[in-house]
Amino acid sequence: MTDRSRLRLVVLQVLVLSLLLTLLGRLWFLQILTGDQYQSEASKNSVRSVVTTAVRGQILDDQGRSFVRNRTTLVVTLDRTVLERMKTAKEMGVLNALGRRLSTRTAKVTGEELLGRIQLCGEKGAPKPPVCWSGSPFQPIPVAKDVPPSVALGIMERGEDFPGVAADFEAIREYPYPSKANAAHLLGYIGPASGEEVSASQSTDRPLYASDQVGKAGLEAEYDQYLRGAPGVKKVAIDYGGRVTGTVSETPATPGDNIVTNIDATVQKALEDQLLAAIARARGQYDKNTRKNYVADSASGIILDVNTGRVVALASVPTYDPSIWIGGATAKEYSSLTSDASGQPLSFRALAGRYAPGSTFKVISASAMLDHGYSTVGPYECPPSYNVGSSVYGNFEGEAFGKITLKKAIEVSCDTVFYKVAFGQWIADGGLKPSQPKDIVVNEALAWGVAKKTGIDLPAEATGSILTRKDRYDTWVANRATYCSRAQNGYPEIAKTDRNRALQLQAFARDNCAPSGGAYKAGDAVNFIIGQGDTLFTPIKMAQLYAAIANGGTLWQPQVAKAVLGPDGSLVKRFTPKSEGRLPISASTLAFLQDALPGVTTDGTGRYPFRGFPLAQVPIAAKTGTAEVLGKQTTGWFASYGPANAAKGAPKYAIVMMVSQGGTGALTSGQSVNDLYRALLGIKGASVPNPKLSILSGGVLPVGLPVFAYDGRILPPGSKAPVPPVRTLGPSGSSSPSGPGPSGSSPAVAEPAIGAALGFGSARRSRASPL
Amino acid sequence: MTSGYPSAATGLGSRGRSLASRAIDRESVLRRLDWVLVVASMALLAIGTMLVWSATKQKELDLGHDPQGFLRKHLINISLGLVLGAMTALFDYRSLRAYAPFVYVASVLGLIAVLAPGIGSTINGAHSWIQLPAGFSIQPSEFAKVALCVALPMLLAERRDAETEPRLKDVGTALGVALVPITLIMLQPDLGTTIVIGVIILGVLAVASTPSRWIVSLLLLGSAGAGMAIKLGVLKDYQVNRFAAFANPDLDPQGAGYNVRQATIAIGSGRLSGTGLFKGSQTNGKFVPEQQTDFVFTVAGEELGFVGAGLIIVLLGVVLWRAMRIAVRAEDLFGTLMATGIVCWFTFQAFENIGMTLGIMPVTGVPLPLVSYGGSSMFATMMALGLLQNVHMRRSS
Repeated sequence: MTDRSRLRLVVLQVLVLSLLLTLLGRLWFLQILTGDQYQSEASKNSVRSVVTTAVRGQILDDQGRSFVRNRTTLVVTLDRTVLERMKTAKEMGVLNALGRRLSTRTAKVTGEELLGRIQLCGEKGAPKPPVCWSGSPFQPIPVAKDVPPSVALGIMERGEDFPGVAADFEAIREYPYPSKANAAHLLGYIGPASGEEVSASQSTDRPLYASDQVGKAGLEAEYDQYLRGAPGVKKVAIDYGGRVTGTVSETPATPGDNIVTNIDATVQKALEDQLLAAIARARGQYDKNTRKNYVADSASGIILDVNTGRVVALASVPTYDPSIWIGGATAKEYSSLTSDASGQPLSFRALAGRYAPGSTFKVISASAMLDHGYSTVGPYECPPSYNVGSSVYGNFEGEAFGKITLKKAIEVSCDTVFYKVAFGQWIADGGLKPSQPKDIVVNEALAWGVAKKTGIDLPAEATGSILTRKDRYDTWVANRATYCSRAQNGYPEIAKTDRNRALQLQAFARDNCAPSGGAYKAGDAVNFIIGQGDTLFTPIKMAQLYAAIANGGTLWQPQVAKAVLGPDGSLVKRFTPKSEGRLPISASTLAFLQDALPGVTTDGTGRYPFRGFPLAQVPIAAKTGTAEVLGKQTTGWFASYGPANAAKGAPKYAIVMMVSQGGTGALTSGQSVNDLYRALLGIKGASVPNPKLSILSGGVLPVGLPVFAYDGRILPPGSKAPVPPVRTLGPSGSSSPSGPGPSGSSPAVAEPAIGAALGFGSARRSRASPL
Repeated sequence: MTSGYPSAATGLGSRGRSLASRAIDRESVLRRLDWVLVVASMALLAIGTMLVWSATKQKELDLGHDPQGFLRKHLINISLGLVLGAMTALFDYRSLRAYAPFVYVASVLGLIAVLAPGIGSTINGAHSWIQLPAGFSIQPSEFAKVALCVALPMLLAERRDAETEPRLKDVGTALGVALVPITLIMLQPDLGTTIVIGVIILGVLAVASTPSRWIVSLLLLGSAGAGMAIKLGVLKDYQVNRFAAFANPDLDPQGAGYNVRQATIAIGSGRLSGTGLFKGSQTNGKFVPEQQTDFVFTVAGEELGFVGAGLIIVLLGVVLWRAMRIAVRAEDLFGTLMATGIVCWFTFQAFENIGMTLGIMPVTGVPLPLVSYGGSSMFATMMALGLLQNVHMRRSS
């Protein structure tokens, strides 16, 4: 061998060694340094989750009546992974046999149809959606719903003839309409979890699966975490082709908890009826301003327990039938829920609607006055109209009452008394050239929290608003260009139909185009003090404020939910009243309001609807409001609480009702509020209240919680839990006294027997039924 | 040929002595074998057998086949391979010169047969196999490696006295001889084997003292040829894609990059000690394709972890160390070059095969010597080991 050969052999040796060391180094890097990452990727690769949906909790009223519960239907499912492993002929044999079993006299089911149902969408030869299966291939695929129990049993008893076929319960929402109450807005609805909801939930302790249904509105959304339960998860190992090779782990589903509400279904129904009655009343009245009857497009009503903030009833009209959501609303149905033509029945106006409060605002105006040195006795001049600069501001229908007290001004709702105060304060604040303005009414309103939410435990609550000096200026800056263009060009599109209105608007635009347009004008202050202008309240806020006047000043958070009960009725959580603060008024001011408001029904604007009511025994504090809305008919309010006498027990209820484009609060809603007090307190004619005549069970709101019986029935609060009959109950041999089934479904007699036959989980088996 | 060495034939020929005494005789074949090489090779065969079994068990079960089917065929391959290896070791390699032309011509004929319609069969896009009855098949390109490991040294070791480097004519002849099988293999097309043969040629030429400038020119020519091949579309799309996927594995994780991705996950998830044989989820889930042949190392990585996979690399290192030792100590240049060719062959295949599963080499279909499933590869490897032992036994001690 030459030296060169030797040298090259050495080079070769070095090369071989370094290549092998490279391999070892890379192996070390992959397996030791970054192995954890690959380990998790390998498990992601080869483990899939099969999810069983948990039975959702019920929503109950204060007496334990179900607003929403579940109905179980029997579903026949096919397991693709089992069928796929069979030879085609055998698979078709199973499907054909199953088809014969599922066929009814009217509808024949063929094996080919079933095959189509279990083919994955997009797979070769698969039928088009929705026939093909668009879900996870590892999930059992439902091929027949609402299957009769006899058919399901027949299939399951011959499991060896039907490999890969299973019968399963599927729970769907059911609305029993207790006392025929609708409560659609309160309850809300459920729908498939969206991609965002799924990804947002991954960091929580109950992450969502794509197959989950979640609450989308109302209580279903607010208490989704409780209602939802935890789905059962079976982790299966799969190979590269997606075939299941084994089970890695299995967790059974945990049923959701039940929500007990403060709502009383009977009162809710009464309120819903009274809203319709108020609308009918409004539509029967002629509106002189628009020269047509009132449109009364919508109405909202709230009944609160003034001492706790509990919501006894809460409704808006127009509403809809909540059953529309069962199985998912169609696109057409959904558009009918949201279109203007149908009045947007999906919108929960009691929370989300914002309306000018009109004279109901005067409790705030009067408080501002009293806390800033105005006297209660006055006297205050109540002329038919009041001049502010060149503008004339009149009373409703030009009424005049001469020299009156502030109490009388509240009772008869004399606007001109307040106009004078507002104008005086505006001048005192410096008029158009303000210097350190006090803005006593605006600041009073802010202190009452009118621009804050009530904190009610329902989603989609809107926030009210008022116009401050700063808002006035900011809005003007933003809109000035438009005003100036309108000042120049006018409103030709409106002039075509209403020449006078177009001229008014043009004058208004000219004012706003001027350099001083952004100033807080006397007109702003004058409008503000009587709840006009740009002030907007949600109905729920109005109810919260009047309840606070009733209870001595506490702003309770309105609470719909009373408690969370587990699937077996055990207490999970009880919601205690929560204070959101106090009214910013002195004791004497509060006493004034509590004294003045009952006068509204005896001697003031609310007298007409409350004639015949035993006000001497049961005073009702109230304030009417009729707010003008630009381009629309007036909004009528009736805000009240009662009984308003300290002698015969503290006030119990606050009732607020309002009708959009519904005329005056007194004529439209007053009678309905009257009827509701009669129903709640048990008043017939002019007689004294009799709790036995109240629509409330026992005449009072229940303190306790509904009781769950061993057989799944839910009994009213205070009931003694019935003892199960002592009897031998077949193989399981016992029935747990505190262990009713999780489903809360209608007591289908055959269900437990089938449940056992189908091998249901432990939670279900515990629901042994005396059969 | 020089004389004065103890011939194996002599050992076989000495009659009248007991088998035992012959076995322990200083001159016996058994005494003269490189036992370190034998043990390392046998260990690799044993590990490979378990890996092939694990890689195929679940797959065969799912298909309704015998789960030990591949194991059984692999053991048959090993047995036949051992016989072939023993035969190769026993005949004096120097007499191989006489047979070399026949071996060469036979392998070329095999390569031509593969390309003939009706004889060859296509697996994974390469037309490389001749199907035999009973489910066996032959891949002639594997035997071409053996043929070239004999033919090239034979041509390059023929020197006149005092010559220190091969003459241009010898190098030219050697290249010409190599070009025929290379062309035929490229037509299949089998990129992996083509490169293996290229590496063998380079290694043998280098150790044969071929001047550096010729080797460099050859390398440049080879690179230019590869460039032309890509430009002119000689390479199939899937081959180009594999290189693209190597450069950027995330390019197409479901397509060309899929194998690499799944292989890397399988190996990485094994960590220090692996999941245990037959327990790998990547392996049982059949996420890595071709797992008993080209991707057999991923089974080791996942199920035996760094301990097992590292042991395979170390054992391959032992085999290569013994082979290089044999090259250095060979009796003559022919033996040295033959051993060199085999070292280049094994080294490249080991580095390419393991490297591609670790994501540091592009994917080309070459088996892992002594570990992968595959009859032809097994036979060729065993014959190569036989040649190494042959050279080892016939050096003067």
